[in-house]
Amino acid sequence: MKVSVFITCLSDAIYPRVGEAMARILARQGVRLEFPKVQTCCGQPAYNSGYWDDARKTARTILSAFQDSDFVVSPSGSCTYMIHHYEELFKDEPELQRQARELQAKTYEFTQFLVQVLGVTDLGAHFPHKVTYHPSCHGSRLLGIKEEPMQLLRGVEGLQLVPLPFADDCCGFGGTFAVKMADISGAMVTEKADHIKETEAEVLVGLDMACLMNIAGNLRRRGEPVRVMHLAELLEEGVKVG
Amino acid sequence: MSVRTEQKGTNAPASTTAESLDRAAGRQITDFLAGDDIAAGTGTGVAEHGRSGEKVRKASAHPRPSAQPDTVRERAGLALNDEFLRKAVKFTTERLRNGKLEASESHGNWDIWREQGRQIRLHTIAHLDYYLNLFADNARLNGVHVHFAATAEEAVSLSLAIAESVGARTVVKSKSMVTEELHLNHALESIDVEAIETDLGEYIIQLAGETPSHIIIPAIHKNRYQIAELLSADAGETLSPDTTILAGYVRRKLREKFLEADIGMTGCNFAIAETGSMVLFENEGNARMVTTVPKTQITLMGMERIIPSWEDLEVMATLLPRSATGQRLTVYMSGISGPRRESDADGPEEMHIIILDNGRSNQLGDPEFQELLNCIRCGACLNACPVYRHIGGHAYGGTYSGPIGAVLTPALKSNVAEWDDIASASSLCGACYEACPVKIPLHDMLVSLRRRKVEAGRGNPLETIGMKGFSTVAGNAKLMGVALKMGRIGQRLIARKGVISTRIGPLKGWNTYRVTPTLAEQPFRERWATLEEELSAGLREMNPAMKRRMEEKARESREAAQRKGDGGH
Ligand code: SF4
Repeated sequence: MKVSVFITCLSDAIYPRVGEAMARILARQGVRLEFPKVQTCCGQPAYNSGYWDDARKTARTILSAFQDSDFVVSPSGSCTYMIHHYEELFKDEPELQRQARELQAKTYEFTQFLVQVLGVTDLGAHFPHKVTYHPSCHGSRLLGIKEEPMQLLRGVEGLQLVPLPFADDCCGFGGTFAVKMADISGAMVTEKADHIKETEAEVLVGLDMACLMNIAGNLRRRGEPVRVMHLAELLEEGVKVG
Repeated sequence: MSVRTEQKGTNAPASTTAESLDRAAGRQITDFLAGDDIAAGTGTGVAEHGRSGEKVRKASAHPRPSAQPDTVRERAGLALNDEFLRKAVKFTTERLRNGKLEASESHGNWDIWREQGRQIRLHTIAHLDYYLNLFADNARLNGVHVHFAATAEEAVSLSLAIAESVGARTVVKSKSMVTEELHLNHALESIDVEAIETDLGEYIIQLAGETPSHIIIPAIHKNRYQIAELLSADAGETLSPDTTILAGYVRRKLREKFLEADIGMTGCNFAIAETGSMVLFENEGNARMVTTVPKTQITLMGMERIIPSWEDLEVMATLLPRSATGQRLTVYMSGISGPRRESDADGPEEMHIIILDNGRSNQLGDPEFQELLNCIRCGACLNACPVYRHIGGHAYGGTYSGPIGAVLTPALKSNVAEWDDIASASSLCGACYEACPVKIPLHDMLVSLRRRKVEAGRGNPLETIGMKGFSTVAGNAKLMGVALKMGRIGQRLIARKGVISTRIGPLKGWNTYRVTPTLAEQPFRERWATLEEELSAGLREMNPAMKRRMEEKARESREAAQRKGDGGH
């Protein structure tokens, strides 16, 4: 079985530690990850802004990168969902469209892969902290990732999960939205961070580095000490420490 | 075809209506009056709202929205700096969406009904010409004058001609977004006909000389202190900011207006093709008064309001109130099939229905936007929207606001290029789609709007160049590696303690609210070789059950892709 990691630009360039945590967790389950080096970006920034020709250009690199993989695993629900748009993007190119369908069917977000494919919910992690969870919109609403992270968090010993008020509300990232409509996006992320503060959690955990970068950036700007982590990092740290 | 006996008035004579109105006013109106704010209820209210006091005009002045800035960014800026508006909008949208969640959960089979609702709307819109004709034929058999208006101007002229033909001096109106779309009050005033809004929220908005900022709760952006101030100016005496007192004042005032009015004007929630009937949902009882007291009734409806049968109404009557306000049913639901018959206790002698196109038929046959016509105007997408929550409705710049307005306004006008800045005011979070009782994929439509603008060559020039650059670099792993290296060198100039916090240059907008993380010293693609070596050295044997499970999943995924491909051809 060939399992490939789709690292996504953010985790590649800014948060390689997330990819590393993911690789270590999977290796402990006996999964040997591959990293096809031709991969780049899923094309979402261009797609969402309406530049579909540009999106197709980068989408092609993803299609070719994972052609002979049996599974593709990604630390982002949003980038995973972007692959679901490929079928439509390549509707005039039957061969690429066929590849797009295959890729969509075999691509999983990290927690989906652990729970749905490997059937694992308890990694033997120990993380004695107060944690709150932000469900990112694309992962939870569009891919339907709701239970998987909960199961994994419940499997962590010592972890105290506190509910985040208005958890389902978008953090205001939205890609170019955060730049184009900076003040609206700023109001949204400020409110999200306010709610996180209300929980008095030490750690905010999530499944998408784009949203987490947005929220962490606001918390840090305001001097809030909340630690922001991808669930893969939390699990890996819990196993190492625990 | 037999015409049902849901004739107006037969089971709701005027006297009962008035009593029910009183009851409803106490219980329901105050629930959904406006964006109330308990936190502001600590005595600061009225005095601090002098600004809105200056805006008070007579009910006869209902200007078009003109003073608004041109761009959504500027309009949003106004809203974001208006603490009262933001508090009011948050307060009421929260109540509405929580109500909707409870009502849909308590229903038990919400998703099944939602899918049924969607199917009814899809079917009707796919055969809209047939059902429209059926509706018109049946309504005419019932004695209704049915008119078709291709444009807003035609609908306005038809309305004015009817008003002139009956020598009308005053019109009482129940809530209608279509008449807002037509700026009909303004037009009526131009021929000296006074138009009086009788929905409480609309009445307030009319007094303020504003337009509705929500399709269900027109005055959602005002709190009760602001409303008390407006109504006090109207009454010529100080009314206390108690919602029951305020509603009571308006009720007394409107009762006179109902009795003098020459025309009752309504919108239409659903039009039933099989009997040519129209159905109104409301909480205040004012629509009953509007459709029973005046001698002439004019109903304005968008051409997509049709559903085939009364049976379909059962589904809609379940979806609409629960989605709109979290009510299981609205206080009043009136089915009206024509003018007053001999046996009726009340009702108009003359009834007109004006069916409006105004850009709707442009969506027919458009695979990306046809589903817009499925909308039942429940407002759930506004209440769920995190952008609407912060900027309210006026920032959208059109008659319809929120996610549905952001798509509907440019779609109806077919001028995507001019309007699409509003399509950019969304994070594409999908909350609208999740909330929508008929599952309209508004988040996808917003992307389609953006794409059409780009395809028309009307994209922002800087963004166009940026995207070209992005796709060139991100379309090639080697170039991306080089770009990352350059970025790492470049960032040394501006990074401090692992973050970039400057608010100058392109990072200004982002960094006003955040700091930016720096690029990692070693990106994943460079780190991989050593990591892979280390991991494969210590790799564990996978347990056989897991291995079988994986193989099974891999097979399933191949088959799923295959099936999808077969189905697609
Ligand atoms: S788009 Fe859906 S949620 Fe929004 S108003 Fe229309 S029916 Fe309601």
